[in-house]
Amino acid sequence: MNFDFSDEQKQLREEARRFLADRCPSTAVRAVLEGGQSYDKALWKGLAEMGFLGAAIPEEYGGVGLGHLELCVIAEELGRALAPVPMASSIYLAAEALMVAGSADQKAKWLPLLASGEAIGTLALAEGVGRTTEATIKTQVSGGKLSGTKVPVADGDIADVAIVVARSGGGVELFIVDLNGPGVTRETLESIDPSRGQARLVFDGAPAEQLGAAGEGWRTAADVLDRAAVLVSFEQVGGADRALEMGRDYALERMAFGRQIGSFQAIKHMLADMYVAATLARSNAYYGAWALSTGSPELPVAAATARVSATDAFQHCAKNNIQVHGGMGFTWAFDCHLFYRRSNALALGLGSKSTWEDLLIDRLRKRNEAPAAA
Amino acid sequence: MNFDDTPQEAAFRAEARAWLDANAPRELEADLKKSGFASMNVGDRDPIAVSKSWQKTKAEAGWACLHWPKEYGGRGATPIERVIWGQEEGVFSALSGTFTIGHGMCGPTLMAWASEEHKRRLLPTMASGEHIWCQLFSEPAGGSDLAGLRTRAEKATDGSGDWIINGQKIWTSGAQYSDYGILITRTDPNVPKHKGLTMFWLDMKSPGVEVRPIKQANGQSSFNEVYFTDVRIPDDQRLGEVGNGWKVSLTTLMNERLSIGSGMPTGFPELFDYCLNLQTMDGPAIDDAAVRSRLAQYAVKASGLKYTGMRAISALSKGETPGPENSIGKLVAGASMQELAMFALDLQGQAGVLNSPAEADAAGRFQAMLLRSPATRVEGGTDEILRNIIAERVLGLPGDIRVDKDVPFKDIPTSGRG
Repeated sequence: MNFDFSDEQKQLREEARRFLADRCPSTAVRAVLEGGQSYDKALWKGLAEMGFLGAAIPEEYGGVGLGHLELCVIAEELGRALAPVPMASSIYLAAEALMVAGSADQKAKWLPLLASGEAIGTLALAEGVGRTTEATIKTQVSGGKLSGTKVPVADGDIADVAIVVARSGGGVELFIVDLNGPGVTRETLESIDPSRGQARLVFDGAPAEQLGAAGEGWRTAADVLDRAAVLVSFEQVGGADRALEMGRDYALERMAFGRQIGSFQAIKHMLADMYVAATLARSNAYYGAWALSTGSPELPVAAATARVSATDAFQHCAKNNIQVHGGMGFTWAFDCHLFYRRSNALALGLGSKSTWEDLLIDRLRKRNEAPAAA
Repeated sequence: MNFDDTPQEAAFRAEARAWLDANAPRELEADLKKSGFASMNVGDRDPIAVSKSWQKTKAEAGWACLHWPKEYGGRGATPIERVIWGQEEGVFSALSGTFTIGHGMCGPTLMAWASEEHKRRLLPTMASGEHIWCQLFSEPAGGSDLAGLRTRAEKATDGSGDWIINGQKIWTSGAQYSDYGILITRTDPNVPKHKGLTMFWLDMKSPGVEVRPIKQANGQSSFNEVYFTDVRIPDDQRLGEVGNGWKVSLTTLMNERLSIGSGMPTGFPELFDYCLNLQTMDGPAIDDAAVRSRLAQYAVKASGLKYTGMRAISALSKGETPGPENSIGKLVAGASMQELAMFALDLQGQAGVLNSPAEADAAGRFQAMLLRSPATRVEGGTDEILRNIIAERVLGLPGDIRVDKDVPFKDIPTSGRG
């Protein structure tokens, strides 16, 4: 049994960690957070040059042609560094959607641009407050023209292309929309984590090209979200680990009542519980990585498991990291709030935790009922 | 990343499976599968007798205590082979429960500290299940603070070199049917508590040993008190130097925490099945949003423990030592099971209060879980001690400030009101 990453994959993780330590210190995150720019363009270019954006994209489409396990270890490091770049939107969602459902022409047109970072992609799914389901989609395509409002769309303000979930004929389908073309209005929106952008996209007869076979749209969207959920779970695990380390380091350094605060059991036990949550989440994320990389029919269960567990862990570690820091944790100057913001933004980005809990139970039930359950 | 056996592992698995196919006690299988939480079901048979019989069969064919050296009754197997054996033995591994303390804790302690002659005499009969062993550590005054124990060992005044033991142990699993035990005692109350301890092994049939079952909070009796009144132990049964008992006990406790892939039950599969079938006013319980959310939370904990175990097994497979992540198992499983049991009873409404297997829903499975789960959070290291271990050994946080560290044992206060 080798339920672990290979030595080469671990080396890649180290390489990514070194690169990000150099190119993505917290000052870089703050530069985006504090509004100077919508994302870190230099870092994005650097990630492309390192081959990180195209790690799981085949060479024939301009990628590096490694695989999803490699992308997982890169994701973990991006999460650890809170990298202020549109990785999830462009790579985990848009590129995955194209790889899963795109025609050869669509892949040839867009994947090289996404792998090189020249174009940014995103997935436009949500349409306002509440859970998004197949039945709630109102955005409409007729005669190849798309109309409706998508909000929020992660990185919608900077994306060049969107995979839009929209109603067409009888059902819900996926469409590729060039956001720099006609019929698209965008508005940048404030979010709880300004280190990542959110936007409203209003489509008014925007030219839309169908992605994937007719009748498959919602199923494909669900598959793409599962794939992204595994990758984001690695970002969450990376963030959780870093928040735990920050809390641990502060508990060792900070003196109160004549002792290190890390010698108080109230603090020790809080940090131990953070470690427990982070460990469970890492193990579940590995399960997701295994299912994603092997094309296993377990992916729907594994992705939902990884997603729920990693969401819990990152939120738990980020909020208690502030608690360990006490008042200092609530200052703008300390980095604790960067993790707190990101943990809560990632908890919502692909659909809320309660949505994924629901999916998990549906899928466990389906697996339970299957005659030859794995 | 894969769950596949290496060729050697696959060969070992095939060999184990073939032997089990030919030799496993199939007549017990149906009853064993009906085993409830923390209790083994073997029908009307004598549980000790069937356990001993299966252990003997395994030992004769070289499938007992796989990781022990052959000369002590083991197989000299690798840690990963031991895990594979456990997977293949499956439901029949419940029959090893009687021997867990001996094989998991007493055996390794003897291996590290006993004389060669004693090892060759005692270990093979421990491996084969002929003799059952218990571990006499906890005391009314020494649980989490094990080194606060008060059972005295004093040199006999007759010049024999023997030791005379007086005192009381508590929470001793299996003492009522054990043949031998390892015993930690205080030999010097005039030095700080960790320095005055000495370890022995002893015959549980020695005069002056009295075993009394403890009636537990859940009404069962699986633990005991053991009283020692002028019990005589020869000096050659001492394990380690006089005053070195703390270090010897750490050998035992380290082994307690090294059991890999043992898969602590969380109760999740049982609760999931239950919710699939439980009908409420609004249809099956599993269709209820609140139920689904709770189930999902338990599901990811159970899954997290399962795959944490897989990571540990992978480390063993590569010949590495598993990381500290393994220390979370009991902490997560114990608390999870207790919450889950309360939730299951809540789903049963007022009828959740019923406890007889005939009346209670799901044959009283969750009621039994509810009443037993407090023990899981205490035995073998409380939740709080486990969190201390994670905080100190994994995260590198400072140890507790110990006000009794340099105080002679006899001067340590024993009552807050004294």
